[in-house]
Amino acid sequence: MTELRMRDALREALREEMIRDSRIFLLGEDIGAYGGSYAVTKGLLEEFGEERVKDTPIAESGIVGVGIGAAMAGLRPMVELMTINFSFLALEQIVNSAAKLHYMSNGQIRVPLVIRMASGGGSPLAATHSHSLEGLYAHFPGLNVVCPSNAADAKGLLKRAFRDENTTIFIEHTAIYGVKGEVPDDPDFVVEFGKANILRAGSDVTIVGYSGSVHQALRAATLLEQDGIEAEVIDLRTLRPLDMGTVIASVKKTNRAVIVEDDWKFGGFGGELSAQIMEQAFDWLDAPVARVSGKDVPMPYNRNLEFAALPSEEDVVEAVLAMM
Amino acid sequence: MTQQISLPGSAMDDPGSEQLGLFLYQMQLLRRFEEKTGEMYTKGKIRGFLHLYTGQEACAVGALNALREQDQIVTHYRDHGHALARGVDANRIMAELFGRVDGLSGGRGGSMHLYDVSKGFLGGYAIVAAHLPLAVGLGLAARMQKEDRLALCIFGDGSVGEGEFHEALNLAALWDTPVIFFCENNLYGMGVRFAESLSTQIPKLAAAYNMPAVSINGMDVLEVYRETRKAVEHCSAGNGPYFIEAMTYRYRGHSMADPELYRLKDEIEQYRKRDAIEALKQHMMERGMLDQAGWEDVVRRVDKAVDDAVAFADASPEPGLDTLYGNLMAEPTDD
Ligand SMILES: Cc1ncc(C[n+]2csc(CCOP(=O)(O)OP(=O)(O)O)c2C)c(N)n1
Ligand SMILES: [Mg+2]
Repeated sequence: MTELRMRDALREALREEMIRDSRIFLLGEDIGAYGGSYAVTKGLLEEFGEERVKDTPIAESGIVGVGIGAAMAGLRPMVELMTINFSFLALEQIVNSAAKLHYMSNGQIRVPLVIRMASGGGSPLAATHSHSLEGLYAHFPGLNVVCPSNAADAKGLLKRAFRDENTTIFIEHTAIYGVKGEVPDDPDFVVEFGKANILRAGSDVTIVGYSGSVHQALRAATLLEQDGIEAEVIDLRTLRPLDMGTVIASVKKTNRAVIVEDDWKFGGFGGELSAQIMEQAFDWLDAPVARVSGKDVPMPYNRNLEFAALPSEEDVVEAVLAMM
Repeated sequence: MTQQISLPGSAMDDPGSEQLGLFLYQMQLLRRFEEKTGEMYTKGKIRGFLHLYTGQEACAVGALNALREQDQIVTHYRDHGHALARGVDANRIMAELFGRVDGLSGGRGGSMHLYDVSKGFLGGYAIVAAHLPLAVGLGLAARMQKEDRLALCIFGDGSVGEGEFHEALNLAALWDTPVIFFCENNLYGMGVRFAESLSTQIPKLAAAYNMPAVSINGMDVLEVYRETRKAVEHCSAGNGPYFIEAMTYRYRGHSMADPELYRLKDEIEQYRKRDAIEALKQHMMERGMLDQAGWEDVVRRVDKAVDDAVAFADASPEPGLDTLYGNLMAEPTDD
């Protein structure tokens, strides 16, 4: 085990996988000389050279399309899109080609591609630069959608993504790039997709989060302890495939569920979770499922307004107390 | 009057009578196949959007025959002709159009999405210009894998207004990828005249991205073949991408749903006088490579192949409903 920041754990995953598999190469805006906008790819150009660490023009659709084509031809590309906000420009490629070619060709074509992007608010960069769109990508059949909450998972899930035969949308919350954690050194360490992680056991309420929101959930659980409430905290880790089994088992034990996410509530992933809990554990619920989400506005720049627009641990505590 | 077909440029590039016979057979096959699919559409055997290739046969036959076995192809939704010219099984194409289990992808793709990976035919793409960046990725992979392989990327004149067209050309040239961009300019994107949708000329755009760009007669199979051969040699020598604009014309509507309010019958008649099949036929007859009996034999063989394809497709079962979720996610391979 080594203590690493999430960004360093991600870099370790890239390094180890590039050493393991010569088919892997990286494409992206400022991933080379600049070292990556969030310093994830720092030093990789020097270590692996220009052929395997390629700076690209600012052309999101083009470079994702190139990644898809190279994957179809047998390579294992990774495309870094700087941030999720710019992935809108590549949405067509992701949705219509990466997610569908295997199915439409009835198994003839494979697109083993990793697309990394930073997400989330709080920076404060205002509305165009503060999206949390994990749920948007989770909407599309044919993709893996991965959103780690800590350094060890970040490494293990990214390594797992390179060993998959499909396209993985790998989403990294900017607020936790610098958060440290113990990370396994074993080059064969991977975290399986579709396995939620129970970060804290509890009997009174289940709090479900993913990516950055897991931290609000954990802090809320600590606060709730003072009120004598034992919260179970579940980190979904991947939204597609989704480990609903772990969530349902927990809800059947605690009889209450709160979902925490940065994304907008309206039409968001929390709605999907809530519906599935209702479908699969209705008789076990002692209260309606609660959702603590981003407020239904474009993200404002002002510090106080942005804070009000994002879900906080206090919001989570409030939601839990309201259902006890 | 049929147009004068151009004479081959050099002896090396001059296809012999056997090869011309193949071109003639293939062009007739593409023509008959499309006439038949139109018929099957009106009978309700084929559904959805159906875009016929009639009139543009010289493009597919000239370009695809210039490729080598290892080369890869991505094209747009008007893709039946390209698949046939690549040697993809006509029976399985027709079965795919019928949505049947023996179709190229078991009836999941339909007319606009034909795939046959075993032939390097990596798909018809129904989103205008979506496959242009993919072709650059295929070319980049070939370069990185140090394999002498190129990607032929076929698309319509309608693509040039899309951002992906420009992104792809820039990336292809920037990274010296072996890609032949082959634009079939049939003068219309649905009902919009090409001249009304581009402020310049297509080869100028390509030249601006620093690649050789030519505009050729897409109604002349020999010219298409010869020019594409040049492009193959250029890419194969490691010189980066190459751009061809082939001027052509589609005889039928954009799709079967097109009422064709935007052009005059007379315009179609003018182009039919330059018909590529008639031109090649005449070229061969004048040189004693073909006589009337030979032509009738071509027609007979093609008619049989097309009738066989319909019979094959008709006999193929509908896919079982239990296949609905199959091949959504790719499973690991052994390597
Ligand atoms: C991105 C996108 N926009 C619009 C359409 C609808 N559409 C389908 S074909 C077409 C015309 C394309 O014309 P062109 O590229 O010249 O090809 P042609 O049909 O003439 O072969 C349009 C607008 C589409 N499929 N994709
Ligand atoms: Mg056109």
